[in-house]
Amino acid sequence: MSDESMIEVEDLTKRFGATVALAGVSFSVPRGAILGLLGPNGAGKTTALRILTTLTMPDRGKARVAGFDVVHDAAAVRRNIGVAAQDATLDETLTGRQNLVMVARLSGLARVHARGRANELLEQFELVDAADRLLKEYSGGMRRRLDVAASLVARPPVLFFDEPTTGLDPTSRARVWQIIRGLVADGATVLLTTQYLDEADELADRIVVLNHGRVIADGTAAELKARTGEARLEVTLSGPHPEAAAALAPFVLGDVQVSQDGQRLRGRVRREDGLATTVVRALDGAHVTVDDVIVHQASLDDVFFALTDGRRRAADELDEVGADTGIASR
Amino acid sequence: MTTAAPLPVAPRIRQPKPPRLRSQLRDVAVMTYRNLVHIRREPLQLSDVTLQPALFTLLFVYILGAGVVLPGGGTYVDFAIAGLLAMNLVTSSMGTAVGLSTDLNTGVIDRFRTTPMWRPAVLVGRSVTDLLTSVMCAAIVTITALAIGWRPDAGIGAVLGGFALFLLFAYALSWGCGCLGLVSKGPESAQGIGLVILFPAAIVSNAFVPTQRMPTVMRVFANWNPISVVTDACRQLWGNPNPSAAIQTWPMEHALAASLLWSFGLLAVFAPLAVHLFRRRTTN
Repeated sequence: MSDESMIEVEDLTKRFGATVALAGVSFSVPRGAILGLLGPNGAGKTTALRILTTLTMPDRGKARVAGFDVVHDAAAVRRNIGVAAQDATLDETLTGRQNLVMVARLSGLARVHARGRANELLEQFELVDAADRLLKEYSGGMRRRLDVAASLVARPPVLFFDEPTTGLDPTSRARVWQIIRGLVADGATVLLTTQYLDEADELADRIVVLNHGRVIADGTAAELKARTGEARLEVTLSGPHPEAAAALAPFVLGDVQVSQDGQRLRGRVRREDGLATTVVRALDGAHVTVDDVIVHQASLDDVFFALTDGRRRAADELDEVGADTGIASR
Repeated sequence: MTTAAPLPVAPRIRQPKPPRLRSQLRDVAVMTYRNLVHIRREPLQLSDVTLQPALFTLLFVYILGAGVVLPGGGTYVDFAIAGLLAMNLVTSSMGTAVGLSTDLNTGVIDRFRTTPMWRPAVLVGRSVTDLLTSVMCAAIVTITALAIGWRPDAGIGAVLGGFALFLLFAYALSWGCGCLGLVSKGPESAQGIGLVILFPAAIVSNAFVPTQRMPTVMRVFANWNPISVVTDACRQLWGNPNPSAAIQTWPMEHALAASLLWSFGLLAVFAPLAVHLFRRRTTN
């Protein structure tokens, strides 16, 4: 493994009975980067994360974290990772502070340092007021923050966050994002799973999309968006015009949708340079006056659905011919 | 985090450390402390080592004691206290099963497992907690017993030896209960199965009545039952009435040796089994 890769996954395969959770997954994360692991429920995100954090053994394939093999060097891996998982992984019957001190002690900090570190984190995560309340009484947002705080106790160089903002209100969400960016600025490497595309878009340097245990896309958010090559066009006219739809038709894939008042027109378009200019010229040529033209880039959602739908069919066909060879789908 | 300074994270990769006894003991202490905090938060959980032992001691001595005539003489209270200690400690060792099973059904074990801690500390910490509650249970039975007239007829060393024998047995048994907690689906089923096994075992013994007049099958079981063996040994040490001394089976004739054998035997079987089960249960 190169010095630059802090997480390296090669042909990772895991079955639970008849269910294939991972069917040969490969990716890597360079030092100081954030990788977003995306996919629908059951795509294999959590399984991948559990293998990387030494909680689950892979059936086949290799995974290295901070240079250590997750199977043969699990103890060394654990000295280098922090994990904030989806489930309640803190102790409900302890206070926030007691939870942090406990994790710190188990991570090898001396008692006095454990207390100091807990105080530091409580302050940074704005949990000082709730520090001595039982976890039971915490709100969802406070719990998430404490969970993330607990993962940072030992200042590990590699961090794993499993859906770190699921169920959070927008403010808490923005806070967690800011924390994660801060960590990376300090040199940490982060792998996060998410169902939210905007989260991946916002945070991740690179995105790996999983579906049915396979990598179906791997690239930056921009690269993934560019892949579909489509955009959405929305034109607002000064007043309804009978020629407007016909003037737009050459650019639009499929039908042009016209609003009831006839002033707004919409359609899917192929992205190209100068599209807005061309559209306005064409409308002007037809003597249509335009108030507004918007070309929406394909959102990561569009990309995601395009990818997962298309791939599902491809994967099913593969399975039909029994071609489950476990070749990394990268 | 508007005011937060950047969080300092060490990007340096840490090399593995060989496990050291000191850090293992620290992990055990951390786990034990955590369990004790739980108990303090929910003191009702403790009723089976506080209220129940006192209540059982009074009930058994005054109700059963009214009807039992001991072969060889002696008062029922002097006879019964060792048996009551045995029964209360045996049922309280189920705390290990319930506690472990509860932990396994939450995500907290996963959190532990991603830290570099010594993993068996989860089990050892649980058993140490159980030992501490056993001490409390024994103290409550003893105080109640002293209040209603129980007196050992032996030196201080022998009296303490008797308690040590019981606590050792309870500790060994808590590892067995730990195994039960590790294979059961949840805390309720762990408790249910534990009771079904342990309660009859405590009754079919010399704890409350002499075994001489039991039906044959039960008598044979009772005379080899570790609960009888430990109770017998303790009555000898305390100089309390001990009808079992007259029974000619090996464990009754060599009660002290037999109770040590039982305790260490249970430990030797169940401690490694618990570690194995824990590993199996927490992988995949």
